[in-house]
Amino acid sequence: MTFEVAGTAGAKADGPLKLAVPRGALLAGTLDVLDAAAVDTTSVRGESRALIFPGGELTLVTMRPSDVPTYVEAGAADVGITGKDVLLEQGDRMVYELLDLGYGRCRMVLAGRKGDESLGESQRRLGMMRIATKYPRVAERHFESTGRQVETIEVKGSVELAPLIGLADGIVDLVATGRTLEENDLEVREEIVECTARFVANRVAHKLRAAEIDDLTARLRRATAG
Amino acid sequence: MIHPIPPGTRDILPDEMRELRRLHLALIEVFEARGYGEVATPAIEYDQVLAQGDGRTSDYAYRFFDERGDLLALRSDMTVPIARLVASRYADAGLPLRLCYLANAYRAVRPQRGQMREFAQAGVELIGAPAPQGTVEVVEVLEAALDAAGLERAVIGLGDADLYRQLLTELEVQGEPRDAILERLAMHDLVGLEAELSRAGIGAEQVRTCVALSQLRGGREVLEQARAMGSAAVDRAIARLGETFGALEERGVADRVQVDLGLLRDLGYYSGAILEVYDPALGHVLGGGGRYDGLLKRFGVDLPAAGFALYLERVHVAQMEESRRGGAR
Repeated sequence: MTFEVAGTAGAKADGPLKLAVPRGALLAGTLDVLDAAAVDTTSVRGESRALIFPGGELTLVTMRPSDVPTYVEAGAADVGITGKDVLLEQGDRMVYELLDLGYGRCRMVLAGRKGDESLGESQRRLGMMRIATKYPRVAERHFESTGRQVETIEVKGSVELAPLIGLADGIVDLVATGRTLEENDLEVREEIVECTARFVANRVAHKLRAAEIDDLTARLRRATAG
Repeated sequence: MIHPIPPGTRDILPDEMRELRRLHLALIEVFEARGYGEVATPAIEYDQVLAQGDGRTSDYAYRFFDERGDLLALRSDMTVPIARLVASRYADAGLPLRLCYLANAYRAVRPQRGQMREFAQAGVELIGAPAPQGTVEVVEVLEAALDAAGLERAVIGLGDADLYRQLLTELEVQGEPRDAILERLAMHDLVGLEAELSRAGIGAEQVRTCVALSQLRGGREVLEQARAMGSAAVDRAIARLGETFGALEERGVADRVQVDLGLLRDLGYYSGAILEVYDPALGHVLGGGGRYDGLLKRFGVDLPAAGFALYLERVHVAQMEESRRGGAR
C-alpha cells in the first residue's frame, strides 16, 4: 500500500497545467507567442464563447488581464500571462514573475490637456494635483517617489474624460499609440514606466510542477527572443 | 442583528472546530511522541523584546501602549517568543531542548485579500542541535506531522538562507543594490532580478548564472548543476545542503524533500537550511521553517536552533481538498 502512496506523490499532479490567457488588447499577441511556442491555440481563436479550452498539454483559461494575478496567486491557474501594468498595480499579489515576453509594449504616463496649466497651478496653489486613473497605486507611488502630493481619483471607464470636464487636473494611464490622447486633446507630460506582457506562475505550482513550467518558460523565451 | 468583527479575524463554529481539534490533537501527539513538550507564551509581549529577535517581522506587528505607557506588541510568530523563553528559563537546561506549540499569532496585513490578521500555527523548536543532524530531525518531525494530517502528497522544499547573501558578498555587491537584489529574489521577480543584477555592475555571464541558480529545484541532481556554476559561495551552500540532504537520505526521509536554490524566506533570522511546505491541492504555502543559529544569541544564549511552523487553517483546507480529490478518484 505504501507503494501506491509513493507513486501518487511522484505522479504528475492533477491534469494539464492551467494557463491564464488575457482577453482584450493582449490576446492577439499572446496567441501568436503561444503558437510560436508550439501551444495549440486554434480553439481559442475560434468563434466559441467558452472561457476554458482544454488541451492535451495545457488548459487555456481566458479572463480579464487584471484577474490573472488573482487566479494565479490562488493556484486556480498554475501559470498566466498579463501586463506589467497589472502586476505593478497589484504588487501585493504573490506571483512569480518568470519572463518578460516583450510584446504588448506600452507606456504608463502622466497626461494633461494641451496648453492647459492646471497640473502645475494646482500643485503650486493647492499643494496637490488631482489625478484620475485606473492605476491608483502606480500613480501614488510615482508621485510619492518624486516628492509630490496627489489626490488620486479612481475611475473605471474612459479616463480621458476626467480632465476634459474638470474632475481632475490630469490622468495617469497606459498609452500604446497615443491616438486616444491625441483625439481628446491631451498630451504626455511625464513617462512613468514602460510595460510589456509578462509570464507569471503560482508559487506552489512553480515548485511542484517544476519540469513542466521550466519547459514552457524555455519555449516562451525562445518564441519571444529577438 | 449583525455585530461586526475586524476583517482578517473569524469565529469558528462547532463543525469546523471539531475537525480543527482533531488536527490539533494529531499534531501535538506527533510532537509529544518525539519528545517535544508543549509550551504556551503570552500573546502580548514587550515590543522591545520581540524586536530584539527580528526587526523585520516586527514591521508587521500590532503595537499598543499599556496603562503605564510601555509599548507592547502582539507576537507575529512563536519562534521569537520561544527564543525569549529559552533564554530566560532554560539557560542551563540539558541539550538539546525540544519544545512545541499550537498558538495564534498576529500580523498587520491588508485583510481585504483573505489574508488573516490572526492565524493559528503549530510547530516545533529544536534548540542546541546543530546542522546537519538537528535539521534532519526537524524535517523528520515535519514529515510525521504531514502524514498525521493526511497530506501524503505534501512536499518539503529545502534551501539555504545564506546562499545569496554570501554570493553577493563574493561578487562585492553591497548596500542598496544588495538589498534590492535580495528583495527581487524573495519576491521571485526574475525580470526585476535580472535588471537589478545588471544595475549592480555584475558581468552579463554572472547575471545569467544568478538567475539560473534561483531556478534550480529538484532532487540531488540540482546540487551537481549548481556546483557546475563555479563559485566559492555557491560551493559552500551546496556543501551545506549536500550534507543535510545526504543525512536525510541516510535516514530514508529524503523522498519528499525537494532541493530548492530559489528558496528565500522573508524572515530575517534564518541562517543555513530553510524549509517550505507545499501540497499539490493548495496554491498557498502550508508552512515553513529552517535554522536560525544566530537568533538565541540575540537573547544572550549562543545556541544553534531549528524548527518549523505549519499554518493550521491552510493545512485544514489542504486536508479537505485532498479528501475531495480522493472521493473524486
